Amino acid sequence: MTLKTSTRQVDGVNIVDCSGRITLGEGSVILRDIVKDLLSKGQKKILLNLGDVNYIDSSGIGELVSAYTTVRNQGGELKLLNLTKKVHDLLQITKLYTVFDVKDDEAGAVKAFR
Amino acid sequence: MTPERRSFTLDSTLETVDNAEQAASEIAAENGFGEEEVLQIAMAVREAAVNAVLHGNAYDPAKKVSLDFERTAGDLVITIRDQGKGLDPAKIPDPLAPENLLKTSGRGIFLIRSFMDDVQINPSTAGTEIKLIKHVHGPAADGKEASQ
Repeated sequence: MTLKTSTRQVDGVNIVDCSGRITLGEGSVILRDIVKDLLSKGQKKILLNLGDVNYIDSSGIGELVSAYTTVRNQGGELKLLNLTKKVHDLLQITKLYTVFDVKDDEAGAVKAFR
Repeated sequence: MTPERRSFTLDSTLETVDNAEQAASEIAAENGFGEEEVLQIAMAVREAAVNAVLHGNAYDPAKKVSLDFERTAGDLVITIRDQGKGLDPAKIPDPLAPENLLKTSGRGIFLIRSFMDDVQINPSTAGTEIKLIKHVHGPAADGKEASQ
């Protein structure tokens, strides 16, 4: 199952609900396009809800890093919400868990945006 | 009955990556690995297949990827070969180094090493062979109990 997404806004924060796989090819491209689209509209507060992302490969990890740095370089913020155990473990072993701002409660995550 | 050896010859396409992952998942499960280990083996094979298709064969339709699964007395041995220029393992940067943490690529081999018990990379002018080894815990293909 490839990546499916839907975007909603809560208190000025764009929450991107993701489900499926973020892998080389379509999944990574979908994520890249969403972030690019939000930034092009001036939306720089992005919360990626990965609660239903059951698989991510090294290309998907690279895409998350790319999204994070792209948003940050444009003066915005990108945070991650609701990591599954698999994604959490991958970010731990790649030492990215402390790089990303990871939240497990949506309301708290929204408030954490400046 | 679990076959001792299974081989596939695959095109240099993204579909190959998915097929390799699927085959690894099925064969690992057939060989008695638990859910977590099946996921790790499948992901390691996926990453190795990505390297073979993208970096090795560079999507060249004339080049193939070979994928072999072999159950030995104590191990599941998975060998992936491409027909590219040959990967120099010494030139793979450490993705955990602070200067590399925010790089968008270069984590595939690291993940493979993290998930498998032993990884051997054998580059040559004919391509790269990567051998992924996971120790089995259940009955071996010859009916003897594998050592752990």
